[in-house]
Amino acid sequence: MSELIENTPKTTGERVGVSDDTATTRASAFWEGVRGISPILLGVFPFALIAGVAQVNAGLEPFTAVAMSVIIFAGAAQLATADLLGKDAPFLIICMTALIINLRFVMYSASLSPHFSGIGRFWKWLSAYLLTDQAYAVSIIRFSRRHISGGKLWFYLGCAIPLWVLWQVGTVIGVVVGLKIPESWSLEFAVPLTFMAIMLPNLRDWAAVAAALTSGIIAVAAFNLPMNVSIIVAAVSGILVGFGLESFLERKAHD
Amino acid sequence: MTDITAWHIWTLLFIIGIGTFLLRLSFIQLFADRQVPAAITRLLRFVPPAALSALILPAIVTQDGGYAFSLFNDRIPAAMIAAIVAVLTRNTLYTICSGMAVLWLYQALL
Repeated sequence: MSELIENTPKTTGERVGVSDDTATTRASAFWEGVRGISPILLGVFPFALIAGVAQVNAGLEPFTAVAMSVIIFAGAAQLATADLLGKDAPFLIICMTALIINLRFVMYSASLSPHFSGIGRFWKWLSAYLLTDQAYAVSIIRFSRRHISGGKLWFYLGCAIPLWVLWQVGTVIGVVVGLKIPESWSLEFAVPLTFMAIMLPNLRDWAAVAAALTSGIIAVAAFNLPMNVSIIVAAVSGILVGFGLESFLERKAHD
Repeated sequence: MTDITAWHIWTLLFIIGIGTFLLRLSFIQLFADRQVPAAITRLLRFVPPAALSALILPAIVTQDGGYAFSLFNDRIPAAMIAAIVAVLTRNTLYTICSGMAVLWLYQALL
């Protein structure tokens, strides 16, 4: 009960501020979001293009390859799925691999949750479907800095919707172009390059470096394991090693 | 891709799609009123580096079902240059372009 009383003024003040939540302020929050995400879109486009190319090169029908970007809408998982489909991996392994890669969304979901607490179910579902690394990163930084008149939801949608549109357009172009690119161009190498561009700048501490190194080494050592389980084994090991090292370093710092 | 019917593919895509949606929806709606256990948050922080690294390294040093640790593997120098560019510029486009450029240059020279 005391919690409820404590929380009420804060949440209502954020959301319901009467003069603050009009069509005009919502539109301006939306455009603020669009401006926030736009520098990042430039880097997302080649990623979408490559996803389209990879999906069609894995043997998917062009229509299925385009639909995959709408149904899954998560780049790294889509590329891993395409790769494993091309290698005839068992379906259970493909599902597990894709979902392990997407586990990070739980972290984003938890972090955004207090900011979306008052919105209706439709908007929650829409926001969840549109959740990406980029929309999360831009929104959470802005949410923590200052009040957005017009509401956080609309700022978030301003980030998330242009990214969704660009992802679908990029995939379609990739699917069309991918069928025509000669194999000698080695365009499939753009996939690990894209992942490097996402991962390396975010290795900010030793525990994260250890997680990446462990996982990478195990993935290479185990890559010929039956049924393509190597990615799952490697990722889980890397997560545990990173977590273990962080716990160890923290305990040492406290001593 | 042998012996896989269109139905199998669609089923797979929908399972991954719905699973991914539920992961995204988790704390926004399904467990909205619950606190995230601290240990879970800390574990999840390592998902991106671990998952991506498991996809990156094998794509560089394995080829046609075997290891390719040699100077003739053009992807090794290309990845090294791209890694430096990624850390310095933090830019996806520059990383892809530099890596592909080194790869093609190497292929042209050898």
